[in-house]
Amino acid sequence: MSRYSPEEKVKLARHPERPGTADFIDALFTDFFEQRGDRLCGEDGSIFGGIARFHGRPVTVLGHRKGKNLEENLTCNFGMPSPEGYRKAQRLMRQAEKFSRPIITFVDTPGAYPGREAEERGQGEAIAQCLALMSTLEVPIISVITGEGGSGGALALAVANRVLMLEHAVYSVLSPEGFASILWKDSARAGEACGVMKLTAQDLRRGGIVQGVLREPKEGAHTDWQAAFRTVDAALTHELAALDKLKGPALARQRYDMFRVMGQNLAPAGREEP
Amino acid sequence: MNQTFSRRRDRLLTYRAMREGKITSSRRTGCSACGEESPQLEWDRNLQVCPRCGFHAPVGAYYRLSNILDPGSFQELEEKLSPADPLAFPGYPVKLSELEQSTGLKDAAVAALGKIDGRRAVFAVLDSRFLMGSMGTAVGEKVTRAAEYAARKKLPLIIFSASGGARMQEGIFSLMQMAKTAAAVQRFQSGGGLYISCFTHPTTGGVTASFASLGDITLAEPGALIGFAGPRVIEQTIKEQLPEGFQRAEYLLDHGFLDRIVPRSEWRAVLSQLLALHEKGGRP
Ligand SMILES: [Zn+2]
Repeated sequence: MSRYSPEEKVKLARHPERPGTADFIDALFTDFFEQRGDRLCGEDGSIFGGIARFHGRPVTVLGHRKGKNLEENLTCNFGMPSPEGYRKAQRLMRQAEKFSRPIITFVDTPGAYPGREAEERGQGEAIAQCLALMSTLEVPIISVITGEGGSGGALALAVANRVLMLEHAVYSVLSPEGFASILWKDSARAGEACGVMKLTAQDLRRGGIVQGVLREPKEGAHTDWQAAFRTVDAALTHELAALDKLKGPALARQRYDMFRVMGQNLAPAGREEP
Repeated sequence: MNQTFSRRRDRLLTYRAMREGKITSSRRTGCSACGEESPQLEWDRNLQVCPRCGFHAPVGAYYRLSNILDPGSFQELEEKLSPADPLAFPGYPVKLSELEQSTGLKDAAVAALGKIDGRRAVFAVLDSRFLMGSMGTAVGEKVTRAAEYAARKKLPLIIFSASGGARMQEGIFSLMQMAKTAAAVQRFQSGGGLYISCFTHPTTGGVTASFASLGDITLAEPGALIGFAGPRVIEQTIKEQLPEGFQRAEYLLDHGFLDRIVPRSEWRAVLSQLLALHEKGGRP
């Protein structure tokens, strides 16, 4: 499992030929109906989603989309969402709960877009609302981190009952470049940052941040899409069946409790309360 | 008996607030906004707001609480909660203990039970002197426990933010505090609790993108920088200069993200009014 160094994994996770959200939706789902717009002010192509069937069953599926060529990259803003994207995601997920559809999200983003309009329209608020909403939904949510899980922009679609990660995907508080530039004032030390950040699927599984690591083809998911699709399909089927045993409120509770304990065991309890 | 306790608590808070005053302002009487110097006495009288330009200089958590709470009502919560080093990050434990020495804080947040005009509330206050108020596991846990405590006691929750965002040294565990704290205040609010979020200068990143943006009422100090991405990162990305006042409290008010801007001298009165309007923590 550790044939690749963390730095090499970051390169694999960002590989342009790696299957993305649109590819997974295309391969694993049928009857996909795309839903667009946040019903407030715009449409954001960097978040792609809608209603589809997963093995015959209606689900809501969504994720970050980077695009496969320059033209698509530009429409998708290289997978960096603006508030419109996060608000569209909230709309889709709220609707999923209304119609009792499970939610499946694919996470692959360098992070939320740090732009002027994004700030003016409340990037922070949009992400915060995603986190708050996802913590309450009474339908199963499964997230698969397929490539880059960059910062709050990734987490905004990953407050799930099960967070799964492809073997060479990465998930971190910030990009290694950003991390190095903040801590060491030198983004050229990104390689070194990859090592200390514990951003690989294996590290995160050990830390209790993700619940499953999905094996990739030997040289990475980009070398054999079909194999990657089969693995993700099997994992989603398995997890969905397990979550079906929980009733609505129990799903919300399980999800809440899972995130509640993250970092809790690290800090000693306080004194008795007044 | 009760009075003795209350006097002792008051002295404790005053002592802690004074200790902060000494550390933050013994020599620095120049203003980082306008560059003008003013006598320290004037700064003190003005609650650390620049007497020349009105810049609201960052202040410590105890100092802030001492300006807002009824005398003798301060009771610290989760005082012993300490930071952890989940990544075994080089140099981090040393940095933490140096900061504990210099600030008297275990980490960047203080939680307390207190009263304003006799009405009880639970407070969490971030302190930018401690690694820029960044949120690691201890800050996330403290904010969460404050929300849980407020829910149990059916009290309103008031949080003052001042933060550079997620704490890098605790990596992904810091990121998860965003989900944890957002879920905690959300659960508190769905239970009928009143949550007032108060932004102070500067608040960015993971704190803006979690609990701080979820208040029933959202307030900010004048001139506070509030955003998700920092202005430098934005300028590097879009390769143009940002307009004057971008991401400042006044700008956010204009764009619909704040209810009101509250000068430092008015916090107590404004919070008192809001608590009175939500008697019983907002519950019928
Ligand atoms: Zn000034």
